[in-house]
Amino acid sequence: MTDKVTIEIDGRTCEAQPGEMIIAAADREGIVIPRFCYHKKLSIAANCRMCLVEVEQNGRPFPKPLPACATPIAAGMRVQTRSAKALEAQRGTMEFLLINHPLDCPICDQGGECELQDVAMGYGDDLSRYSEGKRVVLDEDLGPLIATDMTRCIHCTRCVRFGAEIAGVRELGATGRGEDMRIGTYVGHTVAHELSGNVIDLCPVGALTAKPSRFQARAWELRTVPGVAPHDALGANIELHVRRGRVIRIHPRDNEAVNETWLADRDRFSYAGLYSDDRLCEPMVKRDGEWHPLPWADALRLAATGLAARAQSDAAAVGLLMSPSATLEEMYLAQKLMRALGVANLDHRLRQQDCRSDAADPALPWLGVPIAEVERQAALLLIGTDLRQEQPLLAHRVRKAALAGASVTLVNPYRLDLTFANRQFVADPAAMLLELAAIAKALGGAAKEAGGAVADLIGMAKANAGHKETAKQLRAAGKQGAGLILLGALAAAHPDYSLLKALAYRIATASGARVGFLPAGANGVGAHLAGLVPHRGPGGAPLAAPGLAAAAMLAAPRRAYLLWGLEPDRDLADPAQAQRALAGAELVVAATSFRTPALEALADILLPIAAFAETSGTFVNAAGTWQGFAGAVVPPGEARPGWKVLRVLGNELGLAGFEQTSSAEVLAELRAAGGEATPDNAPAGDPEAIAPVPAPVSAERPDLWRIGNLPIYAIDPLVRRAPALRHTPLGEGLAVRLHPEEAAARGLADGDAVLVAQGEARATSRVVLDAAVARGCARIPSGVPGSESLGASIAPVTLEKV
Amino acid sequence: MGFRDTPAGAAPSPADPQRDKGQLFTPEIRAAIDRAIAQYPPEWRQSAVMPALTLVQEHNGGWLSRELMDDVAAYLDMPAIAVYEVASFYSMYDLEPVGRHKVCVCNSVSCMLNGSEDLIGHVTDKYGVRPGETTPDGRFTLKEVECLGACRHAPAVLVGKTYHECLTPQALDRLIEDLE
Repeated sequence: MTDKVTIEIDGRTCEAQPGEMIIAAADREGIVIPRFCYHKKLSIAANCRMCLVEVEQNGRPFPKPLPACATPIAAGMRVQTRSAKALEAQRGTMEFLLINHPLDCPICDQGGECELQDVAMGYGDDLSRYSEGKRVVLDEDLGPLIATDMTRCIHCTRCVRFGAEIAGVRELGATGRGEDMRIGTYVGHTVAHELSGNVIDLCPVGALTAKPSRFQARAWELRTVPGVAPHDALGANIELHVRRGRVIRIHPRDNEAVNETWLADRDRFSYAGLYSDDRLCEPMVKRDGEWHPLPWADALRLAATGLAARAQSDAAAVGLLMSPSATLEEMYLAQKLMRALGVANLDHRLRQQDCRSDAADPALPWLGVPIAEVERQAALLLIGTDLRQEQPLLAHRVRKAALAGASVTLVNPYRLDLTFANRQFVADPAAMLLELAAIAKALGGAAKEAGGAVADLIGMAKANAGHKETAKQLRAAGKQGAGLILLGALAAAHPDYSLLKALAYRIATASGARVGFLPAGANGVGAHLAGLVPHRGPGGAPLAAPGLAAAAMLAAPRRAYLLWGLEPDRDLADPAQAQRALAGAELVVAATSFRTPALEALADILLPIAAFAETSGTFVNAAGTWQGFAGAVVPPGEARPGWKVLRVLGNELGLAGFEQTSSAEVLAELRAAGGEATPDNAPAGDPEAIAPVPAPVSAERPDLWRIGNLPIYAIDPLVRRAPALRHTPLGEGLAVRLHPEEAAARGLADGDAVLVAQGEARATSRVVLDAAVARGCARIPSGVPGSESLGASIAPVTLEKV
Repeated sequence: MGFRDTPAGAAPSPADPQRDKGQLFTPEIRAAIDRAIAQYPPEWRQSAVMPALTLVQEHNGGWLSRELMDDVAAYLDMPAIAVYEVASFYSMYDLEPVGRHKVCVCNSVSCMLNGSEDLIGHVTDKYGVRPGETTPDGRFTLKEVECLGACRHAPAVLVGKTYHECLTPQALDRLIEDLE
């Protein structure tokens, strides 16, 4: 590292790196220099000229003021940000910037939190000398998330640079010249990117504002409550802006270790789901097919006696299914309650079909590296993940790694549209195993011993140049401890997930790379810590008598179920089977924030629980960081925070250890119970010790596979209820996406109506030709309207033209 | 100040990598663009965007359609918006159909002081076209352009590819009368 130099800014002596820009050093010192185009996360444009300062070096003044954002620091510099000359330059710039800026602050949504307004207060004149006509710029429709008022634009180009450098998709640009310059897409199309909302924060004026919260409140009326985003395993740090008990909007909170300064659109706009019409506001019970509201005390007594009666007669006939986005406190209390009743069937892995390797799996799986380390990897192998959709901001870290030269290889059933250099092996689910086996083979992964599914697969695989190149890159990266293999949601939904994991471990051992997992929901790592898996207790302690996993307790129906924070027709691996199992059960108690037709049809008791932003709690992110948050608003009606419901349910059941008076107490109890254990991806057993045969893919190969990916805005009940997100280009609906050749071979054309059948489960939809989908696969998303009646997300399927 | 492209490390994503470059334009145009590309380091193909736009525009009767700009973007592996930025910035590119000839009157400071506004006024009165408009018979498009770099002999007018300097309204008239 170069030696630091000492410079003087406004008479204050400070240390800085030579080559660092003046504005960065000043920011660190807390010396405010006005700016519009400069942003610490973007490249330097130096085009607004607002940050002009007076500089001298070794006693020799520079003849003209210099932009602080583009002037590198050198030894012997003396900077004056508030000298007469600097202020005159800043005032002059301000006057020019205001020439064309409309004086419409009273009707501008940015008013009160506008960088231009603030700086104009400090540097602007009270009268403009400009008497000619102001220019007017026509607005462009940038979609349902971003409102535009382009006449207000001051051409800082932050949004343009964000698109090019961060999003990796250049859609916005500055066209025209001089007076005619304008920011837009030129052809007027909707901005389609999962991080697009960040341009709202970047825009220093009111040209780009948030459409869903536009004109809802003024900045000074809002109360700010820190929180944690609830939709992915990153746990982006957020600020909830609340007015009169209502979440008006959500902004990111800077945290370099997690979300830097960004926020995914899903986390920014999903709060609208809190105010959907189908919120459950009072406890309800179904009597003779009719739903009746009832007081909490009665509802809890009914639920408690019903569950206790079934558990007493046969504890194995009761099961708990819980959302992986529930809080740590809810998870801990739920498993504690069920286990106190003797119930061992409990799980949060709602979309995982294959749990054969539970005993061999790591006790507390996690990402494998801290989040910020992802961008420092030299080689990444991503298995079964639609990365941008599953973990938008982690995808940004992977992109940073790729831009820094890392090799990124993906093995998926469809080709991803990525914004960085990559190598993709696109194959149907059975062939995905062979692709991985080929990489293992190229690494010299000879059979450990004869027999075994993994050894068989490696024996069958043929390594081509691409596999060999990936193997080489992984090995080279592994040597420097910078190789990472990640398994995502499409892998977890794979019918041979255990084989994918075994192959991943095989490749990791042979290459020196690490294995990591992209956890489901907001709290997948927390679920393991809390013991919300059938085979392990809190802290990952192994259990002598494991219960059934989610898939098993629906495949072999139970007499009673407790559902927590999920919709049985949208959030489970095989909705058709799940609904059948629930319909046949004697008692279904559902704790939910939303009252849906499926829950009304299947449940017997509905308990209204607080949703995101309405409860205190903790999420453990993919990197194992515990992030606690307080409730920002009060839940509607009679709805109550989930941990309180579970505590009172425990009291109602007469169980010991349910006397907590705050979520912090619950958390302390979990910590004491071993919940503070460090996540570790070392397998607990031999990942390859899997019964080789009953694997569906090693048996006869199906004619066509359904790939039931989970679209970015369909992942959980809250985000599905945010209308603005649904109307973006990423708001995917039900369709049958087929490779054009696959469609042609089956006599299907674009737009054909087809009957989709998975055994008894059926749905109708339309064919969409999509060359990204692997041959032998039909991409038919899950979690979207119309997919409720279908079967397992990754499984054989048949199509019939209707 | 105009938009600056980002430094290395944030190379823009290609507009549409699916398109076959061998199907764009004509072989002659492709060869000419390739000669321009060869003048720059291989990782900076997009440096050839201005010669490429000029070639394509000439071949298209003097103007650039959005489709042609998209083709240039695909050919040079750059985002379409980056091509729109260039094409909309420089006055020598036209984004709407033009007449058979372009009469480009410089209206930067030296020419303005030496009577270029009179030239524009004269053409507008006599032929009924304001800057940016084309005569009804499609003979020529009148354009008001930024500095032609001929200040020494202002006012200057560019007709087609030929500079004409020290012009009076009458001299400009004769030039226009000679156009087909």
